[in-house]
Amino acid sequence: MYPSRFRYEAPSSLDDAIDLLHRGGGEAKVLAGGQSLVPLLKLRFAAPESLVDINNIPGLGFLREEADGSLRVGALCRHAELERSPILRARQPTMAAAAPLIADPIVRNRGTLVGSLCHADPQGDWASVVTALGGWVVAAGPGGRRPIAVADFVSGPFQNVLAYDEIAVEAVIPAPKGKAAGGYLKLERRVGDFATAGVAVAIETSADLVVRAGIALTGVGGSTIDATEAGRALVGSALSRDTIAAAADLAAQAARPRTDHRGSAEYKRQVVRTFVERILTRITESAERAA
Amino acid sequence: MSTLYEEIRPDPGPDVPVRRVTITVNGQKRVADVEPRLLLAHLIRQGLRLTGTHTGCDTSNCGACTVLFDGKAIKSCTMLAVQADGHEVTTVEGLATASELHPIQEGFKDEHGLQCGFCTPGMMLAAKALLDENPDPTEDEVRWALSGNLCRCTGYQNIVKSVLWAAEKLRSQSPS
Repeated sequence: MYPSRFRYEAPSSLDDAIDLLHRGGGEAKVLAGGQSLVPLLKLRFAAPESLVDINNIPGLGFLREEADGSLRVGALCRHAELERSPILRARQPTMAAAAPLIADPIVRNRGTLVGSLCHADPQGDWASVVTALGGWVVAAGPGGRRPIAVADFVSGPFQNVLAYDEIAVEAVIPAPKGKAAGGYLKLERRVGDFATAGVAVAIETSADLVVRAGIALTGVGGSTIDATEAGRALVGSALSRDTIAAAADLAAQAARPRTDHRGSAEYKRQVVRTFVERILTRITESAERAA
Repeated sequence: MSTLYEEIRPDPGPDVPVRRVTITVNGQKRVADVEPRLLLAHLIRQGLRLTGTHTGCDTSNCGACTVLFDGKAIKSCTMLAVQADGHEVTTVEGLATASELHPIQEGFKDEHGLQCGFCTPGMMLAAKALLDENPDPTEDEVRWALSGNLCRCTGYQNIVKSVLWAAEKLRSQSPS
């Protein structure tokens, strides 16, 4: 298999890249890691007139923790770097749990977090993780930069709200207000398969009380599901068997799974319930061990 | 070298843009004129006639086309050849010297790490990337590193043994 013909540009500055997109008038597509785009090109599900390869633009590969505790992930930061990052291991438990579960180790050497957000696959893991963390994408276009909350960024299956001449240049994870805890669990038939179901949980606690909670679901709907009700059920009290069960039920209700070869809708809903419970129970257990 | 996909479709029109790329393949500088849509795997196999790199699934699943790109394992069916301009690529042909097999190849021979052999080049390059980064991996770490490579003979047990064999041999050879 090989792609249909396209023009190829590999600009060395962001301004040039934006200019090329602008002149492409909606028929140009950004190429970053290419781990979703190139297969789509080969299958001819995508046939853009031109590709703007951003890999030669310096300064987009960063992974940086700012002084205020927020985390910035550049458009060319690969999954493999996130997987090996001591910053994630120390202070971003939800991301640290997800990074080793993205695709497979070889794909992780090329693919990027920001590209995964842009691709907006309902089966994409990072969109759930960044949604649970309340993160946003920074879009750069001819008129400057604007932040877009990930919950608003993904507008449907394989759709995002970027204008045709905008590039998502980074993703930002806000600084936690309290102590961050969380996790990501994914059920897959084998490494690299699409998720049967995935659950991202990110909570912040202060004096044992949950002050913020985000729960988002992968692969159980037409796009990433932000289970806001489930998160809300945790805020204001300490994690307990009751609040955990309530959140797990609400998350299962928020899921919109379809029966397919990976399992029945009811089964997937049950997986969501179990994963929410499992992640939150592990958080309470490790807090008890630490006390 | 002519552009491969023009051969596939003989009438590409006069304005098919062709790019000249220079890629260091197994230590040798290679120059090729490529259509932008040419995949790296196809350049390696058909353009450079290095047929050790296999294309299995063609959908980024199987890892048979794995090569090292600037030292990192990548799936060459999921990268455009133009993207390799100015970079270094190692294929399975780059493992052995004229007279000696690479310890990873010896390991696959000694531990019966292949049956049909189709997945073997990709397995060996994924193993090389692992051992370059982690010379003393556990069995779990080997399984982790090879989890993007499929073997449909399902000979995983011996593949893992082969890599561990190679790791030991490489450690015994290193001067430390």
